[in-house]
Amino acid sequence: MQLATLLIGLVSATALWSGVQALNAQARISYDRAAATFGGARTAMLVGRDDTSFPQALFVDLRRAGWPVSPVLEGRIQIGGRSFRLLGIEPVTLPGEVGNAPTVGRSGLQSFVTPPGEMLVAPEVLADLNLQEGARPSTSSGTLLPPLRVQPQLAPGVLVVDIGIAQQLMNMPDQVSRLLIGKAKGPRAALEAVAGDRLRLVEPDAESDLERLTDSFHLNLTAFGLLSFVVGLFIVNSAIGLAFEQRRPMLRTLRACGVSARMLNAVLVIELVALALIAGIIGLVCGYVIAASLLPDVAASLRGLYGAQIPGQLTLRGEWWIAGLAISVLGALAAAAASLTKAARLPVLVAAQPQAWQQAQQRWLMVQSAVALAVFASAGFLLLYGDSLVSGFAVLAALLLAAALLLPAILERVLSLGQRSARRPLAVWFWADSRQQLSGLSLALMALLLALAVNVGVGTMVESFSRTFVGWLDGRLAADVYVNAKDDAQATAIKAWLRGRAEVDAILPGGRADAQFRGAPIEILGLPDHTTYSEHWPLLESSANPWVRLRPGDATLISEQLSRRLKLGIGDRIEVPTPGGNWPLEIVGVYADYGNPKGQIAVNYAALTRRFPGIPATRFGLQVAPPKIPALLSALREKFDLGDRSLADQATMKAESKRIFNRTFAVTAALNTFTLGVAGIALLTSLLTLSNSRLPQLAPLWAIGITRRRLAAIELTKTLSVALITALLALPLGLAVAWCLIAVVNVKAFGWRLPFHVFPQQLLELLGVAMAASLLAALLPVLKLARMQPASLIKIFADER
Amino acid sequence: MNASRTISRRAFAGGLALLGLGGGAVRAQGFAGLGENAEGFAAVVPGRTFAFPADHGPHPEFRIEWWYVTANLRDASGAAYGAQWTLFRQATRAGAQAQGWANQQIWMGHAAVTSANTHRYTEAFARGGVDQAGVDIRPFHAWIDAWEMRGGEAMRDAMLAPLDLKASGADFSYALRLDAERPLVLQGNAGYSRKSERGQASYYYSQPFFNASGRITIGDKPVEVTGLAWLDREWSSQPLGPDQTGWDWFSLHLNSGEKLMLYRLRQQDGRSDLFGNWIAPDGRSIEIASADNSITPIVMTDVAGRKVPTAWRVAIPARGLAIETTALNAKSWMGTSFPYWEGPISFTGSHAGLGYLEMTGY
Amino acid sequence: MVYWAIPARALKEASNPLGIATGNPIVLSVRNLTKTYRSAGEQVAVLRGVNLDIAAGERVALTGESGSGKSTLLHLIAGLDAADGGEIKLADADVAGLSDAGRAELRRDRLGLVFQQFNLIPSLSVQDNLAFQSRIAGRHDAAWHAELVDRLGLGALLKRYPEQLSGGQQQRVAIGRALATKPLLLLADEPTGNLDEATADDVLALTRDLVTRTGCGFLMVTHSERLAATLDRRIHLHAGLIA
Repeated sequence: MQLATLLIGLVSATALWSGVQALNAQARISYDRAAATFGGARTAMLVGRDDTSFPQALFVDLRRAGWPVSPVLEGRIQIGGRSFRLLGIEPVTLPGEVGNAPTVGRSGLQSFVTPPGEMLVAPEVLADLNLQEGARPSTSSGTLLPPLRVQPQLAPGVLVVDIGIAQQLMNMPDQVSRLLIGKAKGPRAALEAVAGDRLRLVEPDAESDLERLTDSFHLNLTAFGLLSFVVGLFIVNSAIGLAFEQRRPMLRTLRACGVSARMLNAVLVIELVALALIAGIIGLVCGYVIAASLLPDVAASLRGLYGAQIPGQLTLRGEWWIAGLAISVLGALAAAAASLTKAARLPVLVAAQPQAWQQAQQRWLMVQSAVALAVFASAGFLLLYGDSLVSGFAVLAALLLAAALLLPAILERVLSLGQRSARRPLAVWFWADSRQQLSGLSLALMALLLALAVNVGVGTMVESFSRTFVGWLDGRLAADVYVNAKDDAQATAIKAWLRGRAEVDAILPGGRADAQFRGAPIEILGLPDHTTYSEHWPLLESSANPWVRLRPGDATLISEQLSRRLKLGIGDRIEVPTPGGNWPLEIVGVYADYGNPKGQIAVNYAALTRRFPGIPATRFGLQVAPPKIPALLSALREKFDLGDRSLADQATMKAESKRIFNRTFAVTAALNTFTLGVAGIALLTSLLTLSNSRLPQLAPLWAIGITRRRLAAIELTKTLSVALITALLALPLGLAVAWCLIAVVNVKAFGWRLPFHVFPQQLLELLGVAMAASLLAALLPVLKLARMQPASLIKIFADER
Repeated sequence: MNASRTISRRAFAGGLALLGLGGGAVRAQGFAGLGENAEGFAAVVPGRTFAFPADHGPHPEFRIEWWYVTANLRDASGAAYGAQWTLFRQATRAGAQAQGWANQQIWMGHAAVTSANTHRYTEAFARGGVDQAGVDIRPFHAWIDAWEMRGGEAMRDAMLAPLDLKASGADFSYALRLDAERPLVLQGNAGYSRKSERGQASYYYSQPFFNASGRITIGDKPVEVTGLAWLDREWSSQPLGPDQTGWDWFSLHLNSGEKLMLYRLRQQDGRSDLFGNWIAPDGRSIEIASADNSITPIVMTDVAGRKVPTAWRVAIPARGLAIETTALNAKSWMGTSFPYWEGPISFTGSHAGLGYLEMTGY
Repeated sequence: MVYWAIPARALKEASNPLGIATGNPIVLSVRNLTKTYRSAGEQVAVLRGVNLDIAAGERVALTGESGSGKSTLLHLIAGLDAADGGEIKLADADVAGLSDAGRAELRRDRLGLVFQQFNLIPSLSVQDNLAFQSRIAGRHDAAWHAELVDRLGLGALLKRYPEQLSGGQQQRVAIGRALATKPLLLLADEPTGNLDEATADDVLALTRDLVTRTGCGFLMVTHSERLAATLDRRIHLHAGLIA
């Protein structure tokens, strides 16, 4: 029995931990792919002073001054309505360490550089575009692209072409976005002597942009993994405690027979390590299964939140297996430390205790509470002075740890109050015994507290987000019908046709341009000057009359993410690169743009088309009286052969957005459930352990004349009441966690802050789930007790303890 | 033999291997696809009249071309050094020159310095069309990145002198001034250099009479040096036969003031052809072609995981020449993208002097 | 406190000079009691028809070699286990015929049990342990409680917890708890087995006195001839039968 428990504990600890590690590793591999894509942040580079493009003559000048630089031109193009990052590279000068390009000496250089060249893509892109290798897609604006060639190392979402071809496609002749600096050494002229102040040096960064962006997500996963691991170790701890408890007489006998403590310990450790290895292997297999089944959701989350592309195939390295086994063994040893120490110090004879259990417990509680207060203090300190994602998570961790440490003290206080108020002897015993059980149950209860609090916290956060998101969608999706025509010609035809339809109240043109802004891609949204927007579009903050201010084309609204990331606010001025030169804009408003991995700004539509003459005018919205929408949709569909991707009503768009939203939090939900499950197992194993060591305490009560059934009922009530107290404590803690997630972690991780809501029904549900889990966990040992044969109870009186 | 690793020098190294046409197809056609047919490129035919300074500049209608300088130098204490400076050009396709990045030329530079116990080298690559590398005629200027060979206003076209030569790598650099008093020498038959019995050939002229002086820096120790230098200019569209696997190429400064250019093209079947020119101190160049001429390896050295002959016996009975050559540094291996052996040598026997040896295909 | 002055043997002879049941009412009557255990596939007849009577105030030692069925007999009488055949009457209650709950009630209200391992409730103080059974049985008598505390010499230990007590002290608490309900019958299974000789004599003397004071029957399983000799009567169990 304790063998099974031990294995369950180790397996679940190793499984969740290594599952999460596998997911993280998988994502890291993808980021590496992305980062290795020709000058991500891993390479030192030179960029324009204001992050705009600069003439390639500077590249030549620098080369001739001894700089081992290679030019890159970056931009975005749309294929089939999807936006891709287009990278123009120069393979001949590309530093070897930067990327796997068709460089000198490798095959494919000539076909890559010779017009029409080739467009290197990840296999995923081919699948996404539903094209074969060698096909030549066109951009959404009709430009024919080079034939596609697959290069597996590439990150999905990136298209790589020769720089000359990129300059042509982006209509940026002789322009480059940045210069990658190779590692080659040699004498070189000072940068200023060659380029004046036009370029600045960006040192390489060990972390890629994607890694930085997705840090929060992985930290989140890791936190869950760690939580599960710790909870799993609680299980192991109680299993080993039980095993030790059961073997104590044998150990004592062995010691009495002259086996040294050292020898005994060595044997115990060897046995434990062997078990941990077995459990580790099973755990790794389970971890693989968990990771594989979560991967699609993780990929969806990462794409939804950050636009990071993770392939759906899990690849594992040898290190992962070794690390998994190591963590299993180390975890088992850590969990066994207390029992092993006890075994090592096991006295051959039993001596009377110098101290009452109460005093010992009191001292233990005092120490633990003092530590808890110190941790609380550090959480407060971090909250006040921390300003990073890590500090946000540290606040969370400190909060949870402190609360967990404080839990036994709080329970003890509640139980002793109960004991004081109790009059009937069984009630007194009920409370007193619960108190005494605390030290045995506290780890499991702490696990329950943590799992519940995290569940409450994450649940509240997700639900808050969901509410906010839905409300925001209502304002944001202001038009009734959305049309995305195949090309400008079709758009013109559709608009002409729509003008003749009486039910169409307004045609709202929309446009979107992509640009690089301060080193990252942003979207520029064109909004028509129409009451639909000025009345419904939700703004978080704005100057007076923001919609009027937008009209002249010298003002912009910016998304909350962009505003937080670049610390931009109302009244700040920015310059956005456009084909016709930089576009100075004043910020007149900030709006929420939930779920968008990219920064966004919104400008007047007319102004946008002036600055970006090439953008397709294929997207527009319609104002239509709601009852007439279905008829209009089917008419449009029929007349212009528009598919679902080209035509949608507001309801469909909302449903789609919510679906994506839900997918985004699927992993969180899954891990939440796992964690709660593991906490349930921890409680079960703790109770099983206790139920065995408690028989000698219950048997006298039975002998005195309390029926087994009654004893079982009391035991059940006892477990449920401490679980209930714990769960009730978990609710405020969970809300604190939710607040921390919403006000600290989310802001750092995603760039948006949500209003904080409390959802009583959700809390009640979780309370119910927690109690159900506790009931399930308590039921098995209690049933065992209720059905125990008198002979087994009698044995207690005969056996030595 | 992998084509992309056996390429090289004086070589046709700038060759198609630059474009990564490695693989079986190429192997079947001599090194690095140098044996490919020359369709669309200008053909090398006998009887060309060379015109300077125009011919100092690039001939983009031909597939490959190079500007190649080697120098045998000594410092004040008499210690010997060698220096190499090479600029290769290769066209990836025939036809009118495309503009900008679409330009079909690829440039490659090799630079090296050698002493008795050190050999340092580096390489550079550039695409044509954007001025990262190229050759201007007037004033004469050949460059890739920060390396250059520059003729000032004072340069005389017929002598291609004086020139300032500069190159640097991570751990060495040099700056040399080359000057000569004698005109350029046409190699082969009046500049038409035959490379096989089947008509493969190149246009080839040299300036073997350079005196060199300047400074070599190895690590952070600069030394002032003087000595002799030799410039080769060669261009072609299909210089090698498909079955030719490598060559051994000598450029020798005899103490008599005479110069000897001699090379052997090795064939797959083990046979080899020996070509060369004997250049009198006044610059007269006479093709030497005789079945009695021979070069024989006498010492093999393990270098970079292969056996390379670093000492040779050279015999040209008609000129009374019978010498043995020794490498200044047997480990003069150019571990560039297309590796080969190239380094300074000295020789004794019937004649004595200094020179350079290049060996490819080992 | 005249009892203290009377030597044990004198007391024994005074109350039961002939070593037979006195005229007091019979509190325990066992007839033809049989019990068989299955052990390693074999039926082992532990009790093969035991007959036994104990009168109120009578103090009986039950001896026998290991495995003779002493403890089994005691457990059956206590209703901790069910007999295979025969009859156990505690006053007028038929123990064998009672349900599990009924037997528990019987133990709670009418019996006092003392074991070798003391079996106190570790989470409760001495005071609460003492009063535990009498309170749940609804038979708490404050005066009797106080007298027990006094006689057992536990006055200074009331606030302590069992683990802080010596073996002798713990067993005194156990005896006090068992007698607090003023049971009909006190059953003890090797109550001094874990105690040294002096403490054992001390504890047993106290027990004898208290039994007499309570007027209940007392059946003590022991393997000690010496201790057995201090009681009114001794019955020897051999091969499942009273010898």
